[in-house]
Amino acid sequence: MIDMTLDPNADNPAQRTPLVQGGMGFKDVSHAVCDISERKTPKIWFLCLAAALSTLGLLKTSILYLIWEGTGIWGLNNPTYWGWAIVNFVFWVGIGHAGTLISAILFLLRQDWRTGVNRFAEAMTLMAVACAGVFPGIHIGRVWAAYWLFPIPNQMTLWPNFHSPLLWDVFAVSTYATVSLLFWYVGLIPDLATMRDRAKTKYRKIAYGVLSLGWTGANKHWQRYEKAYAILAALATPLVLSVHTIVSFDFTVSNLPGWHTTIFPPYFVAGAVFSGFAMVITLMTVVRHIYKLENLITIRHLENMCKIILLTGTLVGYAYAMEFFIAWYSGVEFESYAFINRAFGQYGWAYFIMIGCNVISPQFFWFKWCRTNVVFMFIISIFVNIGMWFERFVITMTLNNDFLPSSWDYYSPTIWDVSTFVGSFGLFFTLLLLFLRFLPIVAISEVKNCIPEADPHHGDHH
Amino acid sequence: MSTQEKEWGLITEFKSAKDIYHAAEKLRDSGFKKFECYTPFPIHGMDDAMGIKATKLPWLILACGLTGLATATGLQVITNADLYPMIIGGKPNGVGSLVAFLPVMFELSVLFSAFGAVFGMIGINGLPKLYNPVFKHEAFKKVTDDGFFISVSVDDPKYNTQKTTEFLEKIGGKDVTVIND
Repeated sequence: MIDMTLDPNADNPAQRTPLVQGGMGFKDVSHAVCDISERKTPKIWFLCLAAALSTLGLLKTSILYLIWEGTGIWGLNNPTYWGWAIVNFVFWVGIGHAGTLISAILFLLRQDWRTGVNRFAEAMTLMAVACAGVFPGIHIGRVWAAYWLFPIPNQMTLWPNFHSPLLWDVFAVSTYATVSLLFWYVGLIPDLATMRDRAKTKYRKIAYGVLSLGWTGANKHWQRYEKAYAILAALATPLVLSVHTIVSFDFTVSNLPGWHTTIFPPYFVAGAVFSGFAMVITLMTVVRHIYKLENLITIRHLENMCKIILLTGTLVGYAYAMEFFIAWYSGVEFESYAFINRAFGQYGWAYFIMIGCNVISPQFFWFKWCRTNVVFMFIISIFVNIGMWFERFVITMTLNNDFLPSSWDYYSPTIWDVSTFVGSFGLFFTLLLLFLRFLPIVAISEVKNCIPEADPHHGDHH
Repeated sequence: MSTQEKEWGLITEFKSAKDIYHAAEKLRDSGFKKFECYTPFPIHGMDDAMGIKATKLPWLILACGLTGLATATGLQVITNADLYPMIIGGKPNGVGSLVAFLPVMFELSVLFSAFGAVFGMIGINGLPKLYNPVFKHEAFKKVTDDGFFISVSVDDPKYNTQKTTEFLEKIGGKDVTVIND
């Protein structure tokens, strides 16, 4: 007899804590997930949506005023031409990385625990990328000329400069958004079919019927589906690493001390995963509590994510230290100055917020109590979210002290910088609430596959 | 409606993933070719149990990826070397600056491959197909919940309504039903 100890780390996967708890069968999984969107819309949902839509209105107002008046409404100055817009862009793109990491990389690594959280994290990715996409679109100044970003033949026979990292970014982010959307939709098809077959009202039948494309669960379909899914995962894995690498090229390819370093690509990717998982924890701990999904999104899932936060947070801390070491070791005085100024200059306060939130706060996750206490991990995840925004702020503010001391200046945001950033959370939460209400928030068919009875050899003697 | 209806095949339900797996093996070993298993989730090893070959989808995806690579290379070299040359800092241009073109080449290869994977999978599966004779079977709604079904098509050379029904019942199928289309 196998001793059924509940150890999430047991070498033999059969002895690990079950991923689906509470003795749930196939039917219970379908019901637990679908019922969220089938039951009467709770009042709290409308209240949240109203708050989210008002915040989205703030974003709209800020953008309209920006288009009317120009980027002068922001705190930009010479030499800080890049302010909160780029900070917010990198912040949101970074958050978007957790979804694809969970769905693609953990899929290839055969980490079954991803099934409880991948759908939600992928949806979060799409919403975060949508928020990120707003910023490069509006910070170019003349918004009506945004199509110049794309290689479209125009009346001046002008073509974009393909040697520029900013153009690589256009391709990287738009490819990432498209592939994430496709990946997410492919995962949704069988679950939308579950919603179709449970639908009671005419509109639900039509909507889920059309969206699920007439899925029957035929094995020949599953065969191609699984192949397509595996290949998408294999494609998305280098893609997710490339996106933040290319975002970091926006900085590294310039010749500015403090930016022109080779550590940026891996450091940005680690930071992106770090911030993404923190945002997943922030949202997941709340959603699983409200929707009573504790048996599907278990402490084991959350603990694993805390471990990833610990790993990537430590990687980020290593990168901060290594930047300083190389600045000193290179013997380049401009490089050394940039870093000493970063930590002890005008923005030293921001630097130490960053260190405190990103390097010190995840270290609590060495302790099992911290990794398994939902309230505690929620608090840490908020710190990480704040810290990762400040990381991008600190990096961008390197611009302040450029090569000409006469042009040095102190950058302060205006009310419009703040309203645009706060407004982007309105977009994020509006999309999130719609997702929670209308789509299956846990990958039903994938979770069913983690139930022992899904194995055709279950109960056989080996 | 009813005058045009023809027999489409038989459908039957199984209790568990294990049962449908062994039933598929028995159908395969008895020489049935045109039968299909419907399950709420993919069952590991089912392709062998049914005796179906691997899909050609990966080749389609490879072709799409290579198209993406060629598109990106052509787009960048033609525009930056020929249509609108940009010489910045005296650095090489066009084919000479291929390294600068790598990010976009990578991105478009991935993008086109992903289109190939998703639309290829949907297309080869014959989706979207909102009408399907199996949907006429009332119990079939369970297939996306906890139901396991096998259908045998009239096109199968071994098909015989009476004998196939008996065979399906023998291997554990319940409620064997004739589906008309």
